[in-house]
Amino acid sequence: MDVVKLQKQLVDYRASLYHEAFLDEQFTQLQELQDENNPDFVVEVVSLFFEDSERLLNELAKALEQQSIDFKRVDAHVHQLKGSSSSIGAQRVQKVCITFRNYCEEQNVEGCLKCLQQVKHEYSLVKTKLETMFKILAAGGSIPM
Amino acid sequence: MAVEEKMGGSNGEDGGKDWFPLGMRVLAVDDDPICLKVLENLLRKCQYHVTTTNQAITALKMLRENRNKYDLVISDVNMPDMDGFKLLELVGLEMDLPVIMLSAHSDTKLVMKGITHGACDYLLKPVRIEELKNIWQHVVRRKKTDSKDQIKAPNQDKARAGNGEFGQTSTGSSDQKVNKKRKDQSEDEEEEGEDNGHENDDPSTQKKPRVVWSVELHRKFVAAVNQLGLDKAVPKKILDLMNVEGLTRENVASHLQKYRLYLKRLSSVATQQANMAAALGSKDPSYLRMSSLDGFGDFRTLTGPGRLSSASLSSYQPAGMFGRLNSSAALSLRGISSGVIQQGHSQTLNNSINGLGKIQPAVLPANQNQNGTLFQGIPTSIELNQLSQNKSTNHFGEFNRVNDPNVFGVATNFFDARVPGGSSSNSLSTASGNPLLLQANTQQTHTSGSFGNQSSHGVASLNQESFDMGVRGSSNFLDHGRCSENWQGAVQLSSFPSSSLSTSEAFNHEQLPPNNLQENLSWTSSHVSNSPIDLSSSMANSARLDDSRGDMQCQVGLNNNVIQNMGYTAKQQWGDRRHDYNGNLNNSFSRLDSLISASGAMMDQSNAVTSKRTDVSLFSQLSGDAPYVVQHPEGEKSAFDAKLRSNEDYLFEQTKPQSGFSQNNFESLEDIMSSMIKQGQNNETALMDGEFGFDAYPLGSCI
Repeated sequence: MDVVKLQKQLVDYRASLYHEAFLDEQFTQLQELQDENNPDFVVEVVSLFFEDSERLLNELAKALEQQSIDFKRVDAHVHQLKGSSSSIGAQRVQKVCITFRNYCEEQNVEGCLKCLQQVKHEYSLVKTKLETMFKILAAGGSIPM
Repeated sequence: MAVEEKMGGSNGEDGGKDWFPLGMRVLAVDDDPICLKVLENLLRKCQYHVTTTNQAITALKMLRENRNKYDLVISDVNMPDMDGFKLLELVGLEMDLPVIMLSAHSDTKLVMKGITHGACDYLLKPVRIEELKNIWQHVVRRKKTDSKDQIKAPNQDKARAGNGEFGQTSTGSSDQKVNKKRKDQSEDEEEEGEDNGHENDDPSTQKKPRVVWSVELHRKFVAAVNQLGLDKAVPKKILDLMNVEGLTRENVASHLQKYRLYLKRLSSVATQQANMAAALGSKDPSYLRMSSLDGFGDFRTLTGPGRLSSASLSSYQPAGMFGRLNSSAALSLRGISSGVIQQGHSQTLNNSINGLGKIQPAVLPANQNQNGTLFQGIPTSIELNQLSQNKSTNHFGEFNRVNDPNVFGVATNFFDARVPGGSSSNSLSTASGNPLLLQANTQQTHTSGSFGNQSSHGVASLNQESFDMGVRGSSNFLDHGRCSENWQGAVQLSSFPSSSLSTSEAFNHEQLPPNNLQENLSWTSSHVSNSPIDLSSSMANSARLDDSRGDMQCQVGLNNNVIQNMGYTAKQQWGDRRHDYNGNLNNSFSRLDSLISASGAMMDQSNAVTSKRTDVSLFSQLSGDAPYVVQHPEGEKSAFDAKLRSNEDYLFEQTKPQSGFSQNNFESLEDIMSSMIKQGQNNETALMDGEFGFDAYPLGSCI
């Protein structure tokens, strides 16, 4: 009962994530990659993503605080964030990164700062969602394929 | 080996493909840990054997350790420790492995870059498993081409390909045996195969890792060619002599071809100039030679000057020539100086030529290394230039005699001496051969152009002839009677040379008023007789100037001018030098061209060595096509220098100074000067030695 309910919850939750574009097919692929040889693959990858993103976000904040902003550096960070978020399927984060990069090219400080805020926001959102999902998972069931 | 692994499923035989993809060994490189992890897992899912690293340097190391351990490399484009494209090139060149680029960026330009650098494929992140399922085709394709084309297929290819895959034999051993057999069959084939293997696997494969002929590489190449003798230089031997890892015989062969073309162009230019010179009156065939040589120098200088700045360009031109001369033409400088001096600088030599002339005698003393010295001198001269361009170039006349090696030495001396003399006359001449040029350049503005022309000429025919031609052009001008004009005259002359020079067109000289250059060249050519070396010295100096890049450029131009003044005598000497310089010229030419093309813009740019690379490219371009030069705006200078240096190399190789071409010499001197200047900076010595080969033509004779 509970397990079933939990599983349903999970399914629904996941569905919503996709629906709201927090996640995309890439995430599905990740899940597919998980198998008995690699049971915790998804969790590992996602954790890595959290770590790396936080580091990147800090770097970004620092870089944008400078007197004279090094846009190349900012761009490099954003590029990496874009890459990693796309690898796990964090779609919304990825989208913001694209906009962010455009501002970098234009060397638009305002725009960049705005995007930074946005990216932080999206990131925390997706993080929460994923963590919740993992909780459900941990609680009891595997993610239905 | 791989074969076993690959065999995974079934036998290779026709079904090479059946089992092949399985167990294919992939090396994945990406600094992003998430992407790397995902990629790794995706690849594992495709049943490949995966190795990962997040550092390009580590990846290279692993590959170098055992290239046969991997079949395919997947690399990210943006990496902190090394550019992905660079890694791509290196892998393609050294290991000849298929490389797939990966990036979150889908910019067309990047994709294009990937292709031009030799990537098999370009994937976008996030990577999908479907795409990865297909990547094995690149390996198969490459192997197939390899095995097809290279019969001999050095084992490496086969090994890589996991031998048997192509269905040659199901077992790797059989393949190996086959390969071995093939190998034994013919060395040549093997060589070819190796080349193929090295290059891109197969000649038919479109993707051939590009070999970038850096200055160093080119220098080695030139040295090897010189060692063997231009006629006897065959790719295989050159390759052996060069002993560069990852370089294939084919690379060398094509480069050699370009080089030859370049020499030819230089000589034709030289001849042209010689003709002109002759018309003018002094010119001997040797003159032509000189021109070619000078041209070389000029080329360099031209390029150099070109870079200086459009304005200076014109004037620079002559200097450029000098510069070239210096580098390769160091000798030429001498010649120029000699020539110039001979002329009785009184006339025009104003600038340094006079000085140069003088230097010659002194220089002659055989300082092979003169280049360096010359250059030293030159810098001073350069300074002088500023002081007084017009000083009487007479000095140059003295140079004449400097025998190449000596010239340099003399040149240096000269320069030193000159410098004090200051400004105009001596300083330029001695060291300043360049300075003179420079000075002249400034004045001449045109001259630069002329040189430019010359360079183009020079370039065209690496051989002395071209040089001569180039020089001729200048000489012609000089003959015109620039003498008195010095630089300014040079300008006038330019009109003259323009015709001659223009022929070369190869070089963008158009920008530079050919006249000037020509004048300069002609001078040198004519004067060369005396002291090609002088020119070279001046060139050398100019070359030195390179250090100060900006100066050099000017100098080069000046040199050119000076050269002109020097008169034709120098040219003759140059002619000989030219031969030597031709090689350099080529370089210089390329540079010049670039310079010229760059016209000034370049000058500032990179005089310094930055362009070495460009130089090389210039050079290569030159060999192929004078116009190349144009392309290097940025490195012009450096390129020029680099070229000069390379030119120097060439020049040296060319030792066939044509005494006949007094005029030529001159030209070559100029070129040499220019190149020398350029090279001087880089290869000062190189030039000197080569150039010294020139028989110092007595300037006197020229005049």
